[in-house]
Amino acid sequence: MSAVALDIRERASEAFAKLGWPTPRVEEWRYTNLAPLQRVSWKTDDDTQPTESDASMAGRAAHEWIFVSGRQVSGADAYATSQEPGRWADVERNALVALNTMHMQDGARIEIPANEVVDGFLHLLFIGSGDGIWSHPRNLVVVGRNAQVTIVETYVGTGKYFTNAVTEIVAGDGAVVDHYRIECESLEAYHVGNVFIHEERAANVTSRSIVIGAALARSETHVALAGEGASIALDGLFAGTGTQHLDNRTVIDHIKPHCESLELYKGVLDQHARGVFDGRIIVRPDAQKTVSRQENRNLLLSESAIVDSKPTLEIHNDDVKCNHGSTIGQIEQEPLFYLRSRGIGEDEARSLLIYAFASEIVDRMKIEPVREQIRRSLFQLMPERLPERRGGTR
Amino acid sequence: MLEIKDLYAGIDGKEILRGLTLSVQPGEVHAIMGPNGSGKSTLANVLAGRPRYEVTSGEVLFEGKNLLDMPTEERAREGVFLAMQYPVEIAGVNNIYFLKAALNAVRKHRGDEELDALEFLQLAREKMKLVELDEAFMNRGVNEGFSGGEKKRNEIFQMAVLDPKLAILDETDSGLDIDALRIVAEGVNALRSEAHSVLVITHYQRLLRYLVPDFVHVLANGRIVKSGGKELAEELEQKGYDWVETAEVA
Ligand SMILES: Nc1ncnc2c1ncn2[C@@H]1O[C@H](COP(=O)(O)OP(=O)(O)OP(=O)(O)O)[C@@H](O)[C@H]1O
Ligand SMILES: [Mg+2]
Repeated sequence: MSAVALDIRERASEAFAKLGWPTPRVEEWRYTNLAPLQRVSWKTDDDTQPTESDASMAGRAAHEWIFVSGRQVSGADAYATSQEPGRWADVERNALVALNTMHMQDGARIEIPANEVVDGFLHLLFIGSGDGIWSHPRNLVVVGRNAQVTIVETYVGTGKYFTNAVTEIVAGDGAVVDHYRIECESLEAYHVGNVFIHEERAANVTSRSIVIGAALARSETHVALAGEGASIALDGLFAGTGTQHLDNRTVIDHIKPHCESLELYKGVLDQHARGVFDGRIIVRPDAQKTVSRQENRNLLLSESAIVDSKPTLEIHNDDVKCNHGSTIGQIEQEPLFYLRSRGIGEDEARSLLIYAFASEIVDRMKIEPVREQIRRSLFQLMPERLPERRGGTR
Repeated sequence: MLEIKDLYAGIDGKEILRGLTLSVQPGEVHAIMGPNGSGKSTLANVLAGRPRYEVTSGEVLFEGKNLLDMPTEERAREGVFLAMQYPVEIAGVNNIYFLKAALNAVRKHRGDEELDALEFLQLAREKMKLVELDEAFMNRGVNEGFSGGEKKRNEIFQMAVLDPKLAILDETDSGLDIDALRIVAEGVNALRSEAHSVLVITHYQRLLRYLVPDFVHVLANGRIVKSGGKELAEELEQKGYDWVETAEVA
């Protein structure tokens, strides 16, 4: 281990000692209580074995890396970087990032050289397993100027494990990055994911977060638009049932002028599931000509499902175009009647409408195997709501 | 085919239909005209089973079966089709997928084999030609981003595919240019046969020139106040509704 790595671990331990586990008294953690996680004496798994997983996209991805409980078990020897993680993630104020950094395990450390256009997509598969096992995967993706790449992170597993992942993405001048994060963890697992995206001049990043799995999931995406003319599109879909608790937090920091952010997060919650959307947009004094749109739409399928939606704008200059909004609703009667009036049964009509709601996010994903994986996971998550269709066109 | 007997119905506690009686035999085309707010759409919606409409008394038999007892989808499967006055847009539900699911639900109910994707596409293409809808529309969401006229044509397209026994057209002609009107009328005429009946709700004579009704009824204040042959439509267009209502009251 390098001296740099040792140093950031030490800093992280100090930070975590100061911060401690977040409690609901902290505004950012108002809706989510990590107390059940703290009661477990988590261990890392030092004897991981390669595992077969149907979430593998080998053959379809340009390259695939597989990690089991935080340790790499297979992976391409491609695009390796000598850079160390830690520069972009906020260790000082984010306790879970500090925790990850203290216990930092494997992860993809990738660098795409300037001007290189990577065909297809790179797949990072994280498999969690084992009760009482935690893992702290750490990814760093450095995309050189004018380079282009598509990266897919998939999280799956079985058991009551805890994944605490951090991904840092740096997009250089004019880089184009399409990032997918698919969280389909075991329904007994805990998942905390922190993504930090740093964009230079005219970089163009799309980051899509799908949250379907885990008993408790907290997914954070932090974006720094640090170069003029940079743009970010954040798409999110969280779908929960049973007693799942799915907390989504996004922070978009407009630092430089002429940047654009477009955000759409959609939640579907059934039974006693609870969803949270906390979306913060900061427009700094220097960030003139900012364009920002943020929307959070939620569909509640049962009386006892809950969603808390908290979009916030902090604007520190007046030369901006920003709008944001959020809605919480049930399945609409008019479309339901329309479908039924053509002979489609009520349950099927509902499932078409639920799927239609989610599909706004899914359909604009560019990678078919990913769309497929998400559809499959949605159908598995809500079998009564979304009976898998036989041989349909979608 | 359809027997409506002394029907009282309303919405949100407001009574709109007040003792409506109407009988439609197989193969007949009936036009229903009447002033705004007289209850025409209410009648159509009650027949299709739209939520929030309540029937307080009376009876509706469709081929001898109690229509009002059936859930909406069962009415459709039995062969009732409502071309809506304001078709809703449903983003994310693919037009062609939706219609295939609908047709197969109807076919299953009738005891027919379900169509596979290829067979369905063949049928759909044929019907699309009939209503002159471009295939590109079919891969969009249901009515998503369709113009008013395209929505109406899509209703007729769906009707042509589902092949209902009773088609109810609620102002399908409103807002259509003359070409679209001809297309809609041709679509309905293609369906017209001994076994199919049509209930056309309209304000205008012009559709009825292409789609000649056997009977014309005037609906006012929730009841049929006058019935006649196709000449009645012309008379109404010339004189308006006032003379009917006053004649009736007198
Ligand atoms: N939700 C509602 N609550 C109360 N009254 C309603 C409601 N919906 C419709 N109405 C009223 O019911 C009456 C009948 O409406 P209906 O739509 O059946 O009329 P129509 O004959 O189809 O009129 P048009 O020619 O304008 O389409 C109208 O007076 C209308 O305002
Ligand atoms: Mg009407």
